[in-house]
Amino acid sequence: MQNKNINSDCVNCPVHNVANLVKLGVDMEGFNYVVALAGNPNTGKSTIFNNLTGLRQHTGNWPGKTVSRAEGGYEFKDNKFKIVDLPGTYSLLSTSTDEEVARNFILFGQPDVTVIVVDSTKLERNLNLVLQILEITDRAVVSLNLIDEATRKNIKINERELSKQLGIPVVPTSARSRTGMDELLNYIHQVATGEYVCKPYRIKGYSKKINKSIDELSKRIITLFPDLPNARWVAIRLLEGDQTIIDAVKSGEIGSISVSTSNSISEAV
Amino acid sequence: MKSNNNLLDKNIELVSYADSLRWELGENLHDSITETIFEDAYSIASKSVSSIDKKVRTNWEVSLDRLVTSRIFGFPIMFLLLSLVFWLTIEGANVPSQFLSSILIDDFHPMLKGLSASLGIPHFIDGLLIDGAYLSMAWVISVMLPPMAIFFPLFTLLEDFGYLPRVAFNMDKLFQKAGAHGKQALTMSMGFGCNAAGVIAARVIDSPRERLIAIITNNFSLCNGRWPTQILIASIFIGSLAPASLAGLVSAGAVVGVALLGIFLSLVTSWGLSKTVLKGEASAFSLELPPYRPPVILRTLYTSLIDRTIIVLWRAIVFAVPAGMVIWLVSNIHIYDLSLAEYFIDFTNPYALFIGLNGVIFLAYIIAIPANEIVIPTILMLTVMTTGLIGTGQGNGVMFELDSIKETGDILRAGGWTVLTGINLMLFSLIHNPCSTTIYTIYKETGSLKWTIFSTVYPIILGLVVCFLVAQIWFLV
Repeated sequence: MQNKNINSDCVNCPVHNVANLVKLGVDMEGFNYVVALAGNPNTGKSTIFNNLTGLRQHTGNWPGKTVSRAEGGYEFKDNKFKIVDLPGTYSLLSTSTDEEVARNFILFGQPDVTVIVVDSTKLERNLNLVLQILEITDRAVVSLNLIDEATRKNIKINERELSKQLGIPVVPTSARSRTGMDELLNYIHQVATGEYVCKPYRIKGYSKKINKSIDELSKRIITLFPDLPNARWVAIRLLEGDQTIIDAVKSGEIGSISVSTSNSISEAV
Repeated sequence: MKSNNNLLDKNIELVSYADSLRWELGENLHDSITETIFEDAYSIASKSVSSIDKKVRTNWEVSLDRLVTSRIFGFPIMFLLLSLVFWLTIEGANVPSQFLSSILIDDFHPMLKGLSASLGIPHFIDGLLIDGAYLSMAWVISVMLPPMAIFFPLFTLLEDFGYLPRVAFNMDKLFQKAGAHGKQALTMSMGFGCNAAGVIAARVIDSPRERLIAIITNNFSLCNGRWPTQILIASIFIGSLAPASLAGLVSAGAVVGVALLGIFLSLVTSWGLSKTVLKGEASAFSLELPPYRPPVILRTLYTSLIDRTIIVLWRAIVFAVPAGMVIWLVSNIHIYDLSLAEYFIDFTNPYALFIGLNGVIFLAYIIAIPANEIVIPTILMLTVMTTGLIGTGQGNGVMFELDSIKETGDILRAGGWTVLTGINLMLFSLIHNPCSTTIYTIYKETGSLKWTIFSTVYPIILGLVVCFLVAQIWFLV
């Protein structure tokens, strides 16, 4: 299990954790990178999925349409991307089946890039999910979807400012009319290859007392699982008594999330 | 091994350390974490979003929402829209249906027969493949394709426009009162397309209790395998009760009536379950009404054709081919003078007539367990065979299409069918076991043999009871 090979050629090496992806049922044969598609319900994830893959998954104006995961693939600049459409969720905090599917995939599957599709007309509410995802993963791109609808409603979004705030690329898109797709593909590629280095926003407004507990707990987590990239997040989940995470810590499974950007490790085939 | 155990001990220690910290932090940790996230989201949004229009929803959207979700007009509008969709389907499907059947059955079937005769293929193989497998497939295509090609795009347009979540919004209060989850309204609506899909969709419901209720009751949503049966039988037996000019409307009304009965049964069953074996309070949820979006019509037509029509049709064909062969076999394998089918029909007829059905319908439902789509062709074929209406069909065990709905009606009447048989068939088609795909899906989703058996047997018993009651009332009146 812990048979690691330090790969010197970090630049071209995918950072995803093949073993975990296979466990989650993703067939990575012939793919270089894995891209997860997350977002609130009814923001157009499936439409973006269809645009990128050319598949015709049924889309509908219907929150909660995608219950299980859908998968597809595409090729961009000689790289083969596997794309996984996750069920839409409002948060990753509670434990309904669809939220767990989405969260476990991002956490244990460690996609190379997570595309977070947000509804531009409801940016503030959608940002709750964005911030939660950025606690788990470093590598994300925001697709500012339904931007045409926002414009129609006189909502102006400064995507450069937003990108600066979040520390990740932000691309205005309108999946229904297929605008912004090229730019999105480009940014996915850049983040996947490490050309664009994300400096994701981390939630900071916790009270002193909570912060102290998080710090102490995450210190201990790091000593047990030194490779864990999101120890602070795991600490918060443990403090909240999240059963899935508690089980994963007890069984040591959480240790399998051990690949970080700084030292890329490729599983020995 | 030892070092491994040691590690696990440390992990457990870590968890208990977290537990002790949680005690110190107090109860409102979750709330304060959520609040922090909200505050951060607010501060980021306020820096990057400008000129936020306070009235995000435009006026016409608000008034349309008030109208379609209003206490007074909500349900009548739902009823009218559904009736309109069915009326268009019933009226529109007839012509292409006849066109397809004239090509596939009147022209192509004799050609195949002629070809096989000239090649000297033995009767047994020729009958099994051409009269059994091919004809059942041809029947399914000519009868199911036109209504589906009209019904699914219309339904998808309503969905894309954003009407379905409003239906769920209207139904929500009813489901809550029945002790079920409001989201069951969504899974129920998906069941109108396909019950197996509806059962899978029940994953959006968090509580296992309410999810189970949603899974068990999904069968009461009339699925697309059963719409054609409803539409055909309603046109023959109910529509003919009205003057010709109103026949289409009356038939559509009857189909909507059966669909509404299904919703009613779904509510009653949910209520019954939540008061007895699946006790509990309904949990609250928030349902976001999506904005109305102008449907992208061409793409909708394309995806609903590819995604629903073709897939459903393919499934029907896959199941119809072996079923056609089974029908041909049971009506051509004779023991002494009677075929297997006739033994079964003669045996069950007395019981079946008592509840306003007949032995043919029973046998058809057994053969059609894999797919509801082939109930009607099976019934027609068996009826012809047992009543000895030679000349209409093409001999024993041949599934065939008749040139018009009127002729189909004539055959059924000759087989002893009355308006009661028609009504009870429509009821039984609504209330019987789910198809084998759905049963398998229920098993996969619940992981429980007990609940799978319950979901299968309960509707059959309920259906038989309902038919029995209707028949008794009919005989009295």
